[in-house]
Amino acid sequence: MPKIVLLATDVALLVLLAGLAAYVWHVRRTPGLRATWRSVLRDAPAMSALVLLSVCLLIALLDSLHFRPLLPQAAGAANDAAAAYSTRSYSVLDQLLKRQLEGTEKTYSAPLAYRQFTKDSIEIDGRAARDYPRLVHGGAHLTDPERQWLADLVLRSAAGLAGGLLAGLSMALAVVALRARMLREDFSAAWRAVWRRETEVQWRAILFTAILLLGAFGWIAALWSVYHVLGTDRTGNDVLFQAIKSLRTAVVIGSLATLATLPFAIVFGILAGYFKGWVDDLIQYLYTVLSSIPSVLLIAACVLIIQVTIDKYPNLYETGLERADLRLLLLCVVLGVTGWATLCRLLRAETLKLTELDYVQAARAFGVSDLGIMQRHVLPNVMHVVLIVAVLDFSSLVLYEAVLSYVGVGVDPTTPSYGSMFNLARTEMSRDPTVWWNLVAAFGFMLTLVLSANLFAGAVREAFDPRARAFRPRRDQRQPGGARRHGSRETAIAPAGGAP
Amino acid sequence: MLSYILRRALYGVLILIGVNLFTFVLFFTVNTPDDMARLNIGGKRVTQEAIEKWKVERGYDKPLLYNARDDGLRALSNTIFFERSVQLFALRFGASDSGRDIGYEIRQRIGPSLAVALPTFALGVMATVCAALLMVFFRATYLDFWGVTLAVVMMSISSLFYIIVGQWTFSTLLRLVPISGFAGGWDLFKFLALPVVIGVVARLGYDALLYRTMFLEESGKDYVRTARAKGLSEQAVLFRHVLRNAALPILTSTVAVLPLLFLGSLIMESFFGIPGLGSYTIDAINAQDFAVVRAMVFLGSALYIVGLVLTDISYTVADPRIRLA
Amino acid sequence: MLAIENLDTVLDTDHGVVRAVEAMTLTIAQGETFALVGESGCGKSVTALSILRLLPDNGRVDAGAIRLDDVDLVQLPEARMRDVRGRRIGIIFQEPATSLNPVMKVGDQIYEVIVRHTPLRGAAARAKVIEWLVRVGIPEPQRRCDDFPFQMSGGQKQRIMIAIALAAEPDLVIADEPTTALDVTIQKQILELLRDLQAERRMALLLITHDLGIVAQMAHRVALMYAGQIVEVAPTPEFFARPLHPYARLLFGALPEAAKRGRPLAAIAGTVPPLDRVFTGCRLEERCPRAMAACRSTLPELRGVHADHQVRCLLFQAPFAAGAAAGGSPLSAADPEPKPMARGAPRAAEPASESPLLLVRDYRVHFPIRKGLLKRTVGYVKAVDGVSFAIPAGRTLALVGESGCGKTTIGKAMLQLLRTSARIDGTATLEGRRLDELRGAGLRLARRRMQIIFQDPFASLDPRMRVAEILEEGVASLRPEIAAASRQRHVAELLDKVGLRREALARYPHEFSGGQRQRLAIARALAVEPRLLVCDEPTSALDVSVQAQILNLLAELQRELGIAYLFITHNFAVVEYLADEIAVMRAGRIVEAGAAAKILSAPAEGYTRELLAAVPRLKRAA
Repeated sequence: MPKIVLLATDVALLVLLAGLAAYVWHVRRTPGLRATWRSVLRDAPAMSALVLLSVCLLIALLDSLHFRPLLPQAAGAANDAAAAYSTRSYSVLDQLLKRQLEGTEKTYSAPLAYRQFTKDSIEIDGRAARDYPRLVHGGAHLTDPERQWLADLVLRSAAGLAGGLLAGLSMALAVVALRARMLREDFSAAWRAVWRRETEVQWRAILFTAILLLGAFGWIAALWSVYHVLGTDRTGNDVLFQAIKSLRTAVVIGSLATLATLPFAIVFGILAGYFKGWVDDLIQYLYTVLSSIPSVLLIAACVLIIQVTIDKYPNLYETGLERADLRLLLLCVVLGVTGWATLCRLLRAETLKLTELDYVQAARAFGVSDLGIMQRHVLPNVMHVVLIVAVLDFSSLVLYEAVLSYVGVGVDPTTPSYGSMFNLARTEMSRDPTVWWNLVAAFGFMLTLVLSANLFAGAVREAFDPRARAFRPRRDQRQPGGARRHGSRETAIAPAGGAP
Repeated sequence: MLSYILRRALYGVLILIGVNLFTFVLFFTVNTPDDMARLNIGGKRVTQEAIEKWKVERGYDKPLLYNARDDGLRALSNTIFFERSVQLFALRFGASDSGRDIGYEIRQRIGPSLAVALPTFALGVMATVCAALLMVFFRATYLDFWGVTLAVVMMSISSLFYIIVGQWTFSTLLRLVPISGFAGGWDLFKFLALPVVIGVVARLGYDALLYRTMFLEESGKDYVRTARAKGLSEQAVLFRHVLRNAALPILTSTVAVLPLLFLGSLIMESFFGIPGLGSYTIDAINAQDFAVVRAMVFLGSALYIVGLVLTDISYTVADPRIRLA
Repeated sequence: MLAIENLDTVLDTDHGVVRAVEAMTLTIAQGETFALVGESGCGKSVTALSILRLLPDNGRVDAGAIRLDDVDLVQLPEARMRDVRGRRIGIIFQEPATSLNPVMKVGDQIYEVIVRHTPLRGAAARAKVIEWLVRVGIPEPQRRCDDFPFQMSGGQKQRIMIAIALAAEPDLVIADEPTTALDVTIQKQILELLRDLQAERRMALLLITHDLGIVAQMAHRVALMYAGQIVEVAPTPEFFARPLHPYARLLFGALPEAAKRGRPLAAIAGTVPPLDRVFTGCRLEERCPRAMAACRSTLPELRGVHADHQVRCLLFQAPFAAGAAAGGSPLSAADPEPKPMARGAPRAAEPASESPLLLVRDYRVHFPIRKGLLKRTVGYVKAVDGVSFAIPAGRTLALVGESGCGKTTIGKAMLQLLRTSARIDGTATLEGRRLDELRGAGLRLARRRMQIIFQDPFASLDPRMRVAEILEEGVASLRPEIAAASRQRHVAELLDKVGLRREALARYPHEFSGGQRQRLAIARALAVEPRLLVCDEPTSALDVSVQAQILNLLAELQRELGIAYLFITHNFAVVEYLADEIAVMRAGRIVEAGAAAKILSAPAEGYTRELLAAVPRLKRAA
């Protein structure tokens, strides 16, 4: 039995997921919320984004179940000797991608390469020479790489891609069939409804994204077992693996740091807006002081202090991973404690508006206690602001992490993160020839995650803030020509050649 | 009006005192001078003597709040709190932990910081307003749609990426500008071109969307409908009515960040090797020089508060509803 | 001059395509005032915006033509349409506070129109601006033209708006509810100004309003709209003397007025059908007392009955009209007069000497103004400044006055909602207990005896609570002795009392219409069985037909439960209909108080007379 390791952020992430599930359950049984969320589900970009975000979340989750494997008993040890565990913790994801974790090279290698990127002294026919050595793992199965490589690549790509797409397609068919069965209509009608986007949930976008994603998975899976798909970094680690591992860091920072702002922001914001007077003055003073300090400096100061504290008590954690993880968690806390001012200000304003509303006055006229009013009438009616800000913050925090890591006050240097990948990329890009894959990997993954989060956040904002709906960019989908076109202002401001 | 501004300025001082107390607690009680010394000397085994020596060299050996060994006012002034915190109000920053005069460094570095930050800021505001106006003017056309899409993608890209790729493209590949560095005279333009452009581009997506929303919010209001009902052209409606109203929040938010430009940009300066306050701060963080970090926190807050007061002033000047009320 | 032909305007909303205006046909002649009247949401404003092509982004004209002197505005290129706006057609919007550019001097806002549409430039245009300011009655025009809108009163802002609309001397002016946001005395001035200007310049005026009184005063011809369609067009005197459409007659029956005192109003049952559905028959069919089988399946058309009088109803359409005509005029046997309401006998015999339920003596509510460095209180806004009145049990005291006179403040102060934010002097005694001295349990007890209904039914119910929770909240707080089980029974009975179904309990407020929400608000107040109900403009956000339902309900509850009302309102029609006593307020003081009949027939004070004279009334044959 391996020893299960519960890191602090693992626990936090699991609690967060449980909270998310509870929220979904709550939404399902609250008609008002359900209707609002339904308009998010109808938004095609948001649904594609949701698929991607779910995959990211799943990966982060797999990477958050840690354990320390049992070491094989040393020969000659007594049978009842205490079981010895590895000093390294592994996650389920590490276990799944064991080959990629352990298949390290000596140093840089380009994506899909079978030779090292840099020259090395190797023995050729018994004589020492400087050349590009073959990789230990990447393309090791090729006997005559010069001739086999391309064919192998194409063949594997095709097979992987086809397999992935096929899996995706069959999954899509299964979903449509299931839908048809649940709605008791025939398959072609269900298919038509999905294709014409007449469904309550944007299934077309979801399935499209899923098929493409599975295609990409198939392709990568086929190649990754024998190549380093995105090459290796300076110490020979697989870059794609690093990029996937970094997802967890990004997700943890984005979600936990947002979560950490909420208690302060909600409690202070509502108190200030509800009681006004000196309570308001005090809380305003607090958050003005906080927001007047440049945030990077404040975070830097806190992180430096955390570093001192962590160094002072080296016995608090058993493994290096736990130490790095503690720093990650504390970074989230710091981001939360220093970042609540904006949301607090918004909630204060919203509460000020709410307390003037008649239903709050009515509750007062009924002698409902202040706490009761805040709980029952104010809190539920400001939650949409919290939600909108929380989803918007997620992406900006993921971006912020990269900056902080660059400055040197981000995550522990041993924790894989996009910030540290960018940091490496900076020097790599000035090499000649350029080592570009670290940068591209970090860029690609980060863009996918942040863009998805932004698209999703946009849809959530539109759903929960009716004003935001007016700002949605619209393509002019009206029929050209005819009376109806002239009725709209667009004609006036369309580019000269554009209007019929 | 004068009393209003005076009141806001006094409030600013009050905030600054709060910041000062907060940083003092953070740097000297949560984190004791002993910890600082240990971190700075480094290594696992640090002797108590080394710590004491380090503290004496930098004046951290005094009591925090009250020096019982001195009499009268000296009992209060010959303390860490007075020397390290109260003195900041007189802009006496003291020496850094590595022994150099912080005030001198700051004065030396403000110039280069401004040289990057000012043009970046000015061009950025112009570019953003133009982009947002374009999107609003071509509302509900493909230009608007793709403009917004592009902006969302742009704001999803890390600024580090813009810098790295920009440096690689324009310096390494095309060799148009030097990759980093700083010099006076005409060379200044060569060194500044890339950081300024990248600084503008990196913020463009987010800000353009924000301004677009502001403009659209404004153009949904009743008085804009009145303006259209007058038979005014779309340009007149946009520039004379919408822009004029939306300019108020834009102006004041602009004024608010103006003083912060003195601090420069952390990342830009360190990537492009510009000897400004941003890179000074980063170096201090990396060297764990708490004295410099503390000084910069104070300076940053002070500038932020100046921005707050300027915002209030600009509001009273620009908005007739406040000016004449 | 203006002819609208078969105009269809649709709005794309979240709930689907709403046909806001359908088959709209009307003509307006030079020099004519044409009134478009109807309840909210009937499509009158959308019509106005369609004419100027200023519809919101989600709206479009789907079919039809709008001809201005034989030019179809619908087909006009946008650039030429801009020459029409302001020059040929001017518009006055409802809300003067938001319709003017807040950061532009009012003179410049008028100047802009003159420069756009006339050859005048520079000083000449400036002079024209001053001329207009004089004409719309702005004192000191030389100085005031450099004012910003926030420096003007609501009435003055609307005058500026009129100057903007008229500056280029258009042939047609659309006035979209021009006085709805204004007080009744200001309303009178603005309407007079509009009438004078119209007569002076021989322009056409399309007046859009929901107030039949204004129509009677202003219009030459009137079109009544219902659910997106015109249902009746007639010359104004004809319309008020002989309304033909059942809806018009229902509307008149629902109007509160002094003559109907003591009788229930003829409320129109049900609600306006949603416009996103396809109609196969008459839109009024579900609510119409004269509906026939054919009404459900036949689309009525707008037909001329006799000269100038058109109506959209099958009763006047062959072959149905023939059958109806056999019995004389189709509507001669119309709506039976509502039976008089039995006034509660005990109330009539009420001894006058009995001490009043609520007694208010020399009451003052002063809101502090804080200024200066330390936010010291430098003065007070004297919202209520020495007010005394009394309400006997089971009677209605109407507190009337214009906006800002302090009437709402009194209501809130009675409920002790202003204790923390204002300085309150004087005494208010409810059933012998001094309200201002009560704390804790005593205050809770007093709050059981006294409750409040607010003006806006959309803001007075928490959108995130179910009806059951909303109704139970007060009971749970003020009557904790009632167990949860019987509380639910109690709440269900309340719904019966206000005429809502019990299914409502599990639903959320947004699923109800404005009138239903106001019923919920009443039910919530009744839950604690109060003796006094403060009604703060309870019907001013509602349409006439719904207002009638609510007024009937209030009257019925008073009769059954003997509740006293402190009825706060600016609406004199409502006051005349239901008040026993009236107190007229102005600037925080009561100007005149006494029995309703006396004040309404023989007001002693000048201000009261002025107010009463300003109320637009129907001059209708009884």
